[in-house]
Amino acid sequence: MTKFNAWNVIKNGLNGQSYWTRQWRDPEPKKNYDVIIIGGGLHGLATAYYLAKNHNIKNVAVLEKGWIGGGNAGRNTTIVRSNYMMPGNHEFYEHSLKLWENLSHDLNYNVMFSQRAHVSLFHSPVAKDSVSRTYNIMRLHGTDAELWDLKKLKKKIPHLNYNNSRFPILGAAVQKRAGNARHDAVAWGYARAADTLGVDILQNCEVTGFTRTNGMIESVQTSRGIIKGKKIGFAVAGNTSVLWQMAELGNLPIESHKLQAFVSEAVKPLLDQVVVYGVGGAHFYISQSDKGSMVFGGDLDWYKSYAQRGNLPMVQDVAEAAMAIFPSLGRIRLLRHWAGVMDMTMDGSFFICKTPISNLYLNAGWNYGGFKASPASGWYFADLIANENPHNYVQNHNLERFEKGINIDERGAGPDPKLHG
Amino acid sequence: MIRINCPYCGERDHSEFSYGGDATIKYPSLDSSEKEWTKAIFFRKNIKGFQLETWHHTNGCRMWLEIERSTVTHEIRSVKPCHPDLKKVVENNK
Repeated sequence: MTKFNAWNVIKNGLNGQSYWTRQWRDPEPKKNYDVIIIGGGLHGLATAYYLAKNHNIKNVAVLEKGWIGGGNAGRNTTIVRSNYMMPGNHEFYEHSLKLWENLSHDLNYNVMFSQRAHVSLFHSPVAKDSVSRTYNIMRLHGTDAELWDLKKLKKKIPHLNYNNSRFPILGAAVQKRAGNARHDAVAWGYARAADTLGVDILQNCEVTGFTRTNGMIESVQTSRGIIKGKKIGFAVAGNTSVLWQMAELGNLPIESHKLQAFVSEAVKPLLDQVVVYGVGGAHFYISQSDKGSMVFGGDLDWYKSYAQRGNLPMVQDVAEAAMAIFPSLGRIRLLRHWAGVMDMTMDGSFFICKTPISNLYLNAGWNYGGFKASPASGWYFADLIANENPHNYVQNHNLERFEKGINIDERGAGPDPKLHG
Repeated sequence: MIRINCPYCGERDHSEFSYGGDATIKYPSLDSSEKEWTKAIFFRKNIKGFQLETWHHTNGCRMWLEIERSTVTHEIRSVKPCHPDLKKVVENNK
């Protein structure tokens, strides 16, 4: 694999770009692996990478039923932030943000991480109090957070609708280190870096069943044959319940819901931040991609579904929210929209934990927030698989937390998965 | 758009309705163990395929309905009232 550096860029520039090698191999499955990660999304690939890099476990396979970057990795609005307040969550997401800050160098792959600031508008005094509390908790833990008053906000983003009488903009809670990254590049970067360390990435390799002996999973049946693994990790958010039941483990505190996102035609530079019309208002988030497209989204479709396609009422809802906050978008045309299947959990927080099967590990339940979590998710899932002991940050991110009454519910919305947006 | 044939109002867009959730949950008796209650409140089958679920006709008759719907194709097989006895009450009040 040719390393990306100035020398190679110049050399290949002079040679008609003919000396680049392929980014990752396309190996045949081996018979045995130390660790099999099911799910070749961002979390699965990151886990494989950190297993090899941090824990020197290199006999690893990543099984992907389609192609990498083709599932939820390609179905998100690419927002990276760490504005969480619950114990466990804020440390975890802050570590993730720190990994993002160095990710391009670490992977030798430009993930185009742009720390352009995440601006959460608030629309009532109560919303201001609520968001101030969260952002103060962040500051107490060393995460950057600030409040912008109306004067500063108007200077930074002059073209919002400041005359909305139903949800007047009173100011914004801002995280400056937050921003965007290029989602495909993250999948490709992790795949390439993991492959370089010896990880086998097996695409078009769908899991069809498990062989159990002595209570452990001995091997995985796939569309490319039977593969043995000493340890198995699930990282298939959206379809976790399906795999969980394939392993005959019963029910999970998860429902699959679909979330839509939208991309417009490319326009000249219009928005230099991630803007969220959210605290005490509607639910709408928007940013502009490097190509110039406006990338935005809103709520879930509000009913359980595994269909990777959105429904029209939510298209209308998102368009209305866009017009309420950003009237200059009125004549922009949509290029495409899509829906991803989310693991919505009963308290809105994720799972990185052991399972009733001693050699099976679970990474699931990412709700809306999987993209930004990818680096830390891989980091701590690899740590759990290698060391058998959950790190302090994720010690309560397990399936037992509901029975113990230690739900990690950022929104306080209660046990209704669709409400944890 | 999903079209739901409400037994009280006729066929309507799903945007008139609110999704309730799994219609097969049976709550245990009050003196059951915490484990039983945890299962009933927090754990779901999360079926990929046809499932029984509840919907509320929020912007219509405000009745709860039990619907058999595919979570993959969104095809609806059956719609019936959760509380059939209420139908008489509604009709008597017309």
